[in-house]
Amino acid sequence: MKKTQVAIIGAGPAGLAAAIEVARAGGEVTLLDENHKPGGQLFKQIHKFFGSREHRAGTRGFRIGEKLLEDTEKLGVKVLLDSPVYSIFKDFVIGYISDGREKAIQAERIILATGASENALAFPGCTLPGVMGAGAAQTMINVHRVLPGKKIIMVGSGNVGLIVSYQLLQAGADVIALIEAAAEIGGYGVHASKIRRAGVPIYTSYTIQEVIGKNSVEGAVIVGLDEKWKPIKGTEKLIEADTVCIAVGLSPLAELAWLAGCEFAFVPSLGGHVPKHDRNMETTIKGLYAAGDLTGIEEASSAMEEGRLAGIACAESLGLYSKEEARDLKEKVWARLNTLRTGPFGKKRRDAKDKLIEMMEGGADIG
Amino acid sequence: MAKGIKKTGVPSWEELKSSPGLPDADRLEEGPVAFIECVQEIPCNPCETVCPFGAIEVGSPITNLPKLYGEKCTGCGLCVAACPGLAIFKVHKNYTNTTSLVEFPFEYHPLPKTGETVRCVNREGKFVVEGKVVKIRNSKQFDATALVTVEVPKKYFLEVRSIERKR
Ligand SMILES: Cc1cc2nc3c(=O)[nH]c(=O)nc-3n(C[C@H](O)[C@H](O)[C@H](O)COP(=O)(O)OP(=O)(O)OC[C@H]3O[C@@H](n4cnc5c(N)ncnc54)[C@H](O)[C@@H]3O)c2cc1C
Ligand code: SF4
Ligand code: SF4
Repeated sequence: MKKTQVAIIGAGPAGLAAAIEVARAGGEVTLLDENHKPGGQLFKQIHKFFGSREHRAGTRGFRIGEKLLEDTEKLGVKVLLDSPVYSIFKDFVIGYISDGREKAIQAERIILATGASENALAFPGCTLPGVMGAGAAQTMINVHRVLPGKKIIMVGSGNVGLIVSYQLLQAGADVIALIEAAAEIGGYGVHASKIRRAGVPIYTSYTIQEVIGKNSVEGAVIVGLDEKWKPIKGTEKLIEADTVCIAVGLSPLAELAWLAGCEFAFVPSLGGHVPKHDRNMETTIKGLYAAGDLTGIEEASSAMEEGRLAGIACAESLGLYSKEEARDLKEKVWARLNTLRTGPFGKKRRDAKDKLIEMMEGGADIG
Repeated sequence: MAKGIKKTGVPSWEELKSSPGLPDADRLEEGPVAFIECVQEIPCNPCETVCPFGAIEVGSPITNLPKLYGEKCTGCGLCVAACPGLAIFKVHKNYTNTTSLVEFPFEYHPLPKTGETVRCVNREGKFVVEGKVVKIRNSKQFDATALVTVEVPKKYFLEVRSIERKR
């Protein structure tokens, strides 16, 4: 069987950053991803990112991805693409598919960075062609360069719903309504302002009642909600549209962590069930680390920092860094992570993360 | 009607006026100046790092609202292109006796042409007045964010914030 020192599953920002840290410390890394191209979510992100200079703020997402790839190549990280991992067996044997065949590779350490998947929403008509996830629509316009439709209703006002709406406008479509069940817009105001200036109406306290159409989407009925999220009779509106995009949140893609036997915690503000981990991003299974959206839905900037932490800790556990060296490196990453997790949007996540880490008794501490 | 950025996606006047990013009335009289419409504490500071004159301060923590030092601002417009939130504008109130200039970031195709008459819109995307495009900046450094400057009647310089997208 093939062997590797560190296997990293998922080549998004978290996995790539982890790979770079392990390789920089002198470790030997194999990075596996199911896609044809590494980069995870980053290659769909054509907008300029937030953050600070260290996070290359103001740079468009896909360029951040290009830089990470360049670094992994320079450091000689082995990348296995088109290789979905289907299980983790005893003794860190990883089962994956390649060229239509089952293969296996055994690792001394594993870092899971599988990201997240889009939540679905059930309503009459939700299976009609033309109803799709916002992420799928984003892949169509920014990767494959096809428009999913011309008249689009977006459901959900988190950053994903707001940003994908903006990118649909840029691609030449019309977003005729963005609806949000909550009383307030979920994502950053500046993203909402962009699409408002372009004339997109935002309906807060509204939900989608049904999508109508014979063979594909022809329109949708939206309805107002009261404070208890109950539909208000008489507020129904029929809106003509050919596409309905759903952006109602992401859930950590945690199957592999379940299969490996990690202990989980249910943390709604992080997106649902997440594997417990300590300040080293090590799960309840020794030698198995997790990072990025898998451990809580956040952002590419925090995914990269978590990947770095996992990479540094992993290298330390392999003796590639001394305890002191690792501590200094990790402290720097934590300082940046903590600044990312401030403000009204970030603080909730920081509190949730702190609690998650507290749950790990006897977990290694960087202090 | 409920107001404000969380409810409508458009910052209200109250939110704008109580944020530290607006130039004061005297500075507005004096020539081109940045007008920062960033009213929520988000982890972000490219405006601060890009300004060559130290006229914007975010400081630490990075979620602080950007503060504009109007007296240091030369109106170069670099921050308008660098802000990932497209939340910074540049206004020149006294361009002529009767008109003002508003510069805003624009990321749609096709771009308007210099000299063209365009339909100017407010923060809600509603038509306000026709204006004339007097300048388009689209340098490599701006990375595909074009800066469009329109000339509009003076009374609209606080209202006009973009133009209608061509389709
Ligand atoms: C519309 C949108 C806009 C965004 N805007 C911003 C922004 O402005 N700023 C910001 O910081 N963040 C932004 N983000 C968030 C950011 O993209 C994510 O937080 C980040 O990509 C998470 O990184 P990750 O490495 O954890 O996961 P991902 O990027 O999702 O990568 C995970 C990878 O693992 C692969 N994988 C999963 N399971 C397996 C398996 N079993 N076998 C093999 N491979 C597998 C996946 O295919 C994927 O390639 C945005 C996200 C979206 C959707
Ligand atoms: S316009 Fe120029 S000088 Fe003024 S704040 Fe922006 S970058 Fe600084
Ligand atoms: S760059 Fe733009 S969004 Fe970011 S803090 Fe400055 S003004 Fe706000």
